[in-house]
Amino acid sequence: MSEPPKAGARPVAYPDAVEPLRERTREALADGELAGNLATAAATWGAGRARIGHEHPFAQMRERTREIRRGNIGRLPELLERLEAQVTEAGGVVARVADSDAACRYVTDLAAARGASLVAKSKSMATEEIKLNEAVEEAGLRVVETDLGEWILQLAGQHPSHIIAPAVHLNKSQVRDLFMAESGDDLPGDREALVAHARRRLREVFASADIGISGVNLAVADTGTLCVVENEGNGRLVTALPRVHVAVMGMERVVADWEEAAHVLQILPMAAIGDDAATYVNLITGPRAPGEADGPEELHLVILDGGRAALRGTEFEEALDCIRCGACLYACPMWRSVGGQAYGSPYSGPIGAVLTPLLEGMRGERSSELPFLSSLCGACHEACPAGIPLHDLLVRLRARVSTPGTRRDRILFRLWSRAWRHPVLYGATRWGARLGLRLVGRGGWARRLPGPGAAWTDQRDLPTRWPPR
Amino acid sequence: MRVLLMRTCLADMVAPSVARAARTALERAGVEVVVPRGQTCCGQPGWSSGHPDQARPVARRALRAFRGGDPVVVPSGSCAAMVRHGYPELFAGRPEEAEAREMAERTVELSQYLARDGLRPRPAGSGSVTYHDSCHMLRILGERESPRSVIAGVDGMELREMQQTEVCCGFGGTFSVSFPEVSGRLGDEKARNAAAAGADELVACDLSCLLHIAGRARRTGIPLRVRHLAEVLAE
Repeated sequence: MSEPPKAGARPVAYPDAVEPLRERTREALADGELAGNLATAAATWGAGRARIGHEHPFAQMRERTREIRRGNIGRLPELLERLEAQVTEAGGVVARVADSDAACRYVTDLAAARGASLVAKSKSMATEEIKLNEAVEEAGLRVVETDLGEWILQLAGQHPSHIIAPAVHLNKSQVRDLFMAESGDDLPGDREALVAHARRRLREVFASADIGISGVNLAVADTGTLCVVENEGNGRLVTALPRVHVAVMGMERVVADWEEAAHVLQILPMAAIGDDAATYVNLITGPRAPGEADGPEELHLVILDGGRAALRGTEFEEALDCIRCGACLYACPMWRSVGGQAYGSPYSGPIGAVLTPLLEGMRGERSSELPFLSSLCGACHEACPAGIPLHDLLVRLRARVSTPGTRRDRILFRLWSRAWRHPVLYGATRWGARLGLRLVGRGGWARRLPGPGAAWTDQRDLPTRWPPR
Repeated sequence: MRVLLMRTCLADMVAPSVARAARTALERAGVEVVVPRGQTCCGQPGWSSGHPDQARPVARRALRAFRGGDPVVVPSGSCAAMVRHGYPELFAGRPEEAEAREMAERTVELSQYLARDGLRPRPAGSGSVTYHDSCHMLRILGERESPRSVIAGVDGMELREMQQTEVCCGFGGTFSVSFPEVSGRLGDEKARNAAAAGADELVACDLSCLLHIAGRARRTGIPLRVRHLAEVLAE
């Protein structure tokens, strides 16, 4: 058996950005290959969603999802109690952890206790959020991502740009270059050959991994069942072959019963990929029971708070309704323009701009910038299968995040407020504006404005007569 | 029939002809138009930029200016959405909450008002237009049909739909100056789609989008004429 594949450049997990977000969006916009990759992905998703919209009563299903998720979050403590009891009953071990450090420590301690050296992972945003790979590697273990997209990113030393399609910002030829660099093999450029190569390399991992780590799309409180939805089969192997399976879930990913689970499992692939069903839906209830032929000897469920419980009962509670389908990313004109990497956070797009400050705290650099990377167009809300009013949450966050870099804006808005609450002062600005336009206009247009107007003319002319001609 | 016309701050600042056109269109449709004198801005710029405490006194001014039971008609989907959707939240738990909700109830965008009551200003239109679905009009007010039916009501005018009419033009209020490059890129796509529709001009129910699209089109050399829908109706 050959040596299992190694990770490439060791990624530093989401360092505080050296450049402001605006700089990063500019760089992303300048990348023509990225623009093409994002456009292709978004168009494919859009076509799928349009078809789903014709074939299914999506609007009604969305209402039902909202009802389910609102109810789940409302009864969260009770559902988690029940889930914990049921998972334990089925022979699993449940660890409720407060934060990333505790979650990572649980996994690394477990790995040490079992003498593990190789960890196979299937796709999981929760582990991305807690930076588990970094922690596991620091503890001296080797971790290999087995989701095709995640493996590609591990080789590239990058982080996911999309919740369910992590490497969507890369194309075939970029992937081929990465595979060739990792394996030293000369590979043909077609999709099938690349997938076959990945399958061959990753099988070696499944066969020899000591621990399999997965995420959880949905946990059913009534039966203690963990649902892992995927399209490649790697999730099934990761959760079934190694002796130990560790599932990491955000505490909000619980539904009450199978009626609810069936609904969410149905709308998830519709929203996410514009398809009726995912290829694999793994339903995991406990570890291998006596007399069963397969499954892990141990099942550990790590339930992560990470700032979630504190959101209940606040104006941001609906962010917990998210089922992590990634539809709002594809629907977002900003995400489609710059991709997920520019966000610099595990969660990108509209839900990322909402979750990042909520989970990381309002004071971080990412937190202060991301809620502003939105035109508030509402396409995210429209696409969301749980009907989360993401645009409203963004507006509320803008008022809450600390924005030390924008003292000038605060002064301008204070002046604006003082003046425009009085008709007389308002009238004065009105005449000032019209006079100003007359002064700067040349043939009905202004090409360069001074002061705060400069950011407008940075990208566009300003008509000084209306309608512009 | 009597309505209170909200001129909108943007029209006041850069395009007073839009508010005048809205008035003309309404009057030609047989509506009595009152333009309340004390009006300024709906407060949206502050609200959506994360300054609710600064927005509230400005919005309070609007509550006072538009008192009375008459419908408030706004030639802007975005300002109408601010009043209808934003005011109840902006004033939630405050003494003005009931008043804010009451104003929200009777506030409508111009084409909505005309279409709802089947009013026809009977403009002397001709040629063709393409229509840009502005985001708040489409997704907060949920309004797709009214502007189209109003355009269809103009004798001799043809509506040529553009590709991706429901995609944001990239204006987004202060977004346009916080992330000007992203905003500009989206503006290019919108301007290209609008030009490719092959219509004589681009119309919309929001002046803000039009300022951005027209300005971006001119900067990048895309030939495009734009007008507010109210101006078409006041022809």
